[in-house]
Amino acid sequence: MKINLTKITTYTIIIFIIGLFFIGLNKNNIYDTKYLIGKKIDSFNLNSLTSEKKISNLDLEKNKFTLINFWASWCGPCKDEHKYLLELKNQHNIKILGINFKDKKNNALDFLSTLGNPYYLIAKDKKGKSSVEFGIYGIPESILINSDLKILKKFVGPLNSSDVKEILKFTK
Amino acid sequence: MKKLFLLLLCTFFFNNSILSDEYNGRKLEIYKNLRCLVCQGQSIADSNSDFAQTLKLVVHDQIKKRKSNKEIYNFLISKYGDWIVYKPQVNKNNLLLWAIPYLVLLIGGIIIFILSKKRKYNGKN
Repeated sequence: MKINLTKITTYTIIIFIIGLFFIGLNKNNIYDTKYLIGKKIDSFNLNSLTSEKKISNLDLEKNKFTLINFWASWCGPCKDEHKYLLELKNQHNIKILGINFKDKKNNALDFLSTLGNPYYLIAKDKKGKSSVEFGIYGIPESILINSDLKILKKFVGPLNSSDVKEILKFTK
Repeated sequence: MKKLFLLLLCTFFFNNSILSDEYNGRKLEIYKNLRCLVCQGQSIADSNSDFAQTLKLVVHDQIKKRKSNKEIYNFLISKYGDWIVYKPQVNKNNLLLWAIPYLVLLIGGIIIFILSKKRKYNGKN
């Protein structure tokens, strides 16, 4: 039997292109943060919003679990998630570090006095540059870490009731 | 004395403008290779979004710290993954993607070589 090289090559190329499109089109191109899970957060040193104190990774090592929450008074979805943060505040295993993102101090403090303060520490990131160290690309975002400072879960967007349940599962 | 002073002043401004052109060129090259994660198919060079502006500040800081382009990309990849760069670096996950054009070229060359030899052989007979 004579093998037709041109036909084989043509069919191979067609199958290859179809396969490539199939894989490419089925791939999720939306940025996700799965690869961050299990990674340790880098050391950081941020100014406190409320005092002259510095807040660093060493503060978080003392906690069993810490939820690092990025927020701002000008951010609408931050208001939506606030009640869930207040709910988590009552859990004894978890502490919430708030990082105030590109905000004015007075507005941030007004926001907290109106809606309540769920944070045990509040750091400020005036220009947003420190948030890049945490892989943040918009607010609100939250990162759940353990005492080894390893990332257990990253929440992009406002927290909701199912996120709270998931956080509680981690911290039990 | 006056002439010497003028000459020094000119040299200073000339050097400064060369350095600033070089710096701006490098900055733009990096901006163009960084994807704006909150935009639709835009690099941070083309975007004025909050995220793009923050990344521009970070790149600016890293250049000031005398980091190389590779170090800047690696830093951002460690934070946002390979998706942040338009031209990802070669790794085991994308090796095939980088190798395919060369493989196609090689296989195509071999096929053309075989076919031309075949034609020559058929022509002789």
